Amino acid sequence: MPPSDPYAGERLKHSHFHERQAPMNLRDAWSSWNGFKFADYYYDETYEYFCIRNTCGTYDICPMQKYMIEGPDALAMLNRMVTRDLRKLGVNRVTYVCWCTDSGRMIDDGTIFRLGEERFMLTCGSPSLAWLRKSSLGFDELSITEYTEDFAALSLQGPTSFAVLKRMGLEAVGELKPFGIMHLPFNGSSLMISRTGFTGDLGYELWIEPSQALPLWDALYSAGEDYGIHPYGEAATNMARMESAFIMPDMEFNEALKTINFEYDQTPLELNLGWLVDFKKPHFNGRAALLEQKKRGPKRMLVKLDIEGNKPADGSILYSNKRCSKEIGYVTSGMWSPAVKANIALAMVDTDALQGEIWAEVYYERELRHRHKVARCTPKDKPFWAPARARQTPPGDY
Amino acid sequence: MSTYDTIVIGAGHNGLICATLLAKAGQRVLVLEASDSQGGLAASREFHPGFHASVAQSFYALPANLIKDLDLAKHGFELADSCLHTIALSPDEAPIIIGDESVSGVSADDASAYQTYRRQLKTFSAALAPFWEKTMPGIGGNSLKELLTFAHMGLKLRMLGKDDMLEFLRVASLPMRDLVDEHFKSEALKAALCWDGIVGSKLAPRSPNQAVLTLLNRMAGAHAGQHSLPAGGVAAFVSALGAAAQAAGVEIRLGTAVKQVLIEGDEDGQRCRGVVLTSGETVNAAKVVSSADPKTTFLKLVGTPYLEIEFSNRIRRLRCDGFVAKLHLALKGRPQFTGVSTPDGRIILAPSMDAIEFAFDDAKYGDSSEHPVMEILIPSLHQPDLAPAGQHVLSAQVMYVPAHPEGGWTEERRQALREKLMAVLERYAPGIGELTLGMELLTPADLETQYHVSGGHWHHAEPAIDQLLMMRPTYEAAQYRTPIEGLYLCGAGAHPGGDLSGNPGRNAAREILA
Repeated sequence: MPPSDPYAGERLKHSHFHERQAPMNLRDAWSSWNGFKFADYYYDETYEYFCIRNTCGTYDICPMQKYMIEGPDALAMLNRMVTRDLRKLGVNRVTYVCWCTDSGRMIDDGTIFRLGEERFMLTCGSPSLAWLRKSSLGFDELSITEYTEDFAALSLQGPTSFAVLKRMGLEAVGELKPFGIMHLPFNGSSLMISRTGFTGDLGYELWIEPSQALPLWDALYSAGEDYGIHPYGEAATNMARMESAFIMPDMEFNEALKTINFEYDQTPLELNLGWLVDFKKPHFNGRAALLEQKKRGPKRMLVKLDIEGNKPADGSILYSNKRCSKEIGYVTSGMWSPAVKANIALAMVDTDALQGEIWAEVYYERELRHRHKVARCTPKDKPFWAPARARQTPPGDY
Repeated sequence: MSTYDTIVIGAGHNGLICATLLAKAGQRVLVLEASDSQGGLAASREFHPGFHASVAQSFYALPANLIKDLDLAKHGFELADSCLHTIALSPDEAPIIIGDESVSGVSADDASAYQTYRRQLKTFSAALAPFWEKTMPGIGGNSLKELLTFAHMGLKLRMLGKDDMLEFLRVASLPMRDLVDEHFKSEALKAALCWDGIVGSKLAPRSPNQAVLTLLNRMAGAHAGQHSLPAGGVAAFVSALGAAAQAAGVEIRLGTAVKQVLIEGDEDGQRCRGVVLTSGETVNAAKVVSSADPKTTFLKLVGTPYLEIEFSNRIRRLRCDGFVAKLHLALKGRPQFTGVSTPDGRIILAPSMDAIEFAFDDAKYGDSSEHPVMEILIPSLHQPDLAPAGQHVLSAQVMYVPAHPEGGWTEERRQALREKLMAVLERYAPGIGELTLGMELLTPADLETQYHVSGGHWHHAEPAIDQLLMMRPTYEAAQYRTPIEGLYLCGAGAHPGGDLSGNPGRNAAREILA
């Protein structure tokens, strides 16, 4: 950009992988994430989705927020902030966490990487520095560093992801268990690999110093040439995460600090994340409020629905009967799942109505004619898609 | 190891009152006080050999029924039969003498307006009086008791009659200046009347907020907010409180600082279990009541790791900038204030509202007032034992002095302030400098360190509308209970706030026993 650019401050930033990703964005399908130019898709969202499920793909997580929390008080500070008990998290392990306001409303979810006894990395979708600073009041022996742009981070997901790494000479990664972290030499630098991801499939996240971003990309794409490697964007991610029943901000939950209407945000219990809330911990933010909700039972819950027919039910209102006379909830996200060959959805449903019938009024369009139909919904306990290969160690060399 | 039902942190008047009421109800109570004397800001200290004074220098907000409830008469304290008159001095005009119902030294119009002014404020004050002695309803609380308190408030206001109710709603949040401008012409009179709404707060006559509400709170005390000083003075009040506490079976340990509130946590959550002293000793109790200010209580004694994040940050943000310094002079004779035959009243040295306002502006921007204004008492005229025979103590509340001026309280800065204050006094009481044997200047920073009050603020937290009533000190701690099970507040940072009123201590005891 010339220095005289009057819009310089408004332009979207380029990720460390932009130089390689931009030419592959055949459709120029860009949107933005945290101020970065970010691909919705590169060529075709369904094609990219099938790469995740059948071969492998890379997803740019440079715009994802990263914070380094270090010092003798780091564990205590984070442990009071999040609902899980981090004392159980070993060094070189990752855990999925959420954190809440005092009243137990969910602010965001993310992952915490324990990189050392007193060194943690928090990653999350939205900027959280202000909340981290507020949370650290009274914890004097720690530092919080914004690290978002200090890592070039790339997610490599799909059944052939291990095979690709292996062909890069990183076969040691075969020993890495889900949620484990490993450091391997790469091109004279150190590559951090975590067995994590947002697709519910076999996959890794790769973390390296920014100067190594392009060499890493080139090595991956060279090793992955015969393994169907392809960049994927937001659209394919959204499909994959829905099949795995992972929640998404602005879909399943409204970040509490950005919510205006009273209780239009959610609690982890309402989001079916009760397993993330460790009431055995004497104190964490929102504990009292969440305990109260647990005792009374949440009024609504996030559920997984299998919906008859093949018309995606996103945006549908849910009813307790086919006549649609009593509203009991709404679909937060829905799609036709190619992997499970089912019409799936995540939905918020009144707890009282969960035992009865659930019907969705599905809206769809056929050549500009808008229609609706009423489809029966069946709640599911397990994620729609959870293949054994995702957890197998060492993983298969597909 | 002895175990108490309740430990009270701080032997200020609220702590002692709370402790006494708990003990009277049969509890085993221990009061822990960091300093070597009881009374907090009302404690009398020898500031110069043979001369004594306390930071709190008179009574104006103490409710008569509290004296009765605690049987303080039996322990040597009674309210004065009459109140002190207020003497407003200005360099160029004759003194104005202000009493409870009349004022002299002003025009007939002002004198008559004063009667109307007092009558109206007394009506409003009486309507509000019950609420200073009640626990405020919780925000979002829907219990019958809470709803009844709201209903009672509404009813009390409605019973003022339509005109008075509307007038109350109009004036309750006025700056003091707007209120007195509506009634009076005399600048010195207006300045003196403003004083009672703003002293102790970070407020000037023009400051928008709750000065009138604070005034009405003070007027709920005996003598309708007029100052008084009975025989024995403030010291008699403190020693009577101590005696009442001991008579009720309260154990008081002076010079015993609390390092930490002891909090126990397990799968069932957290609860308060006692305190750890700076000596390392642990004292157990089922409940702990803190009369320390909210910042000290939550940020230092409890610690934010045990609290919720948003709650902690609300406490961090509490505004508690003390803006009043205290001056004590040891005088070898009785000072002569020009135009005043006997300086046995409360003297206000603030010639105009602008004088107060400009003094505030200096402090607002970080330094002490160039032309300070002050309220003066010669308490030794009422309580001769404060000074050697024939000698006197001058006690002054000085506005405005910031707690933490830029560059800190260097000796040069203190000396400059002392000289400034003496120059003001010399103008009104020529020769006072020569009478002065010794002097003590307590800046808000000194009050903070010597009396353990955050910001050196009289009221522990600025009594602003966002930090009052069901928001005092902040929601989730405004009903004396705190987010920590078993930990309560009973100091000036709790409803209804500061001054020597004893209401926070009394209300807290009632909640603890409920």
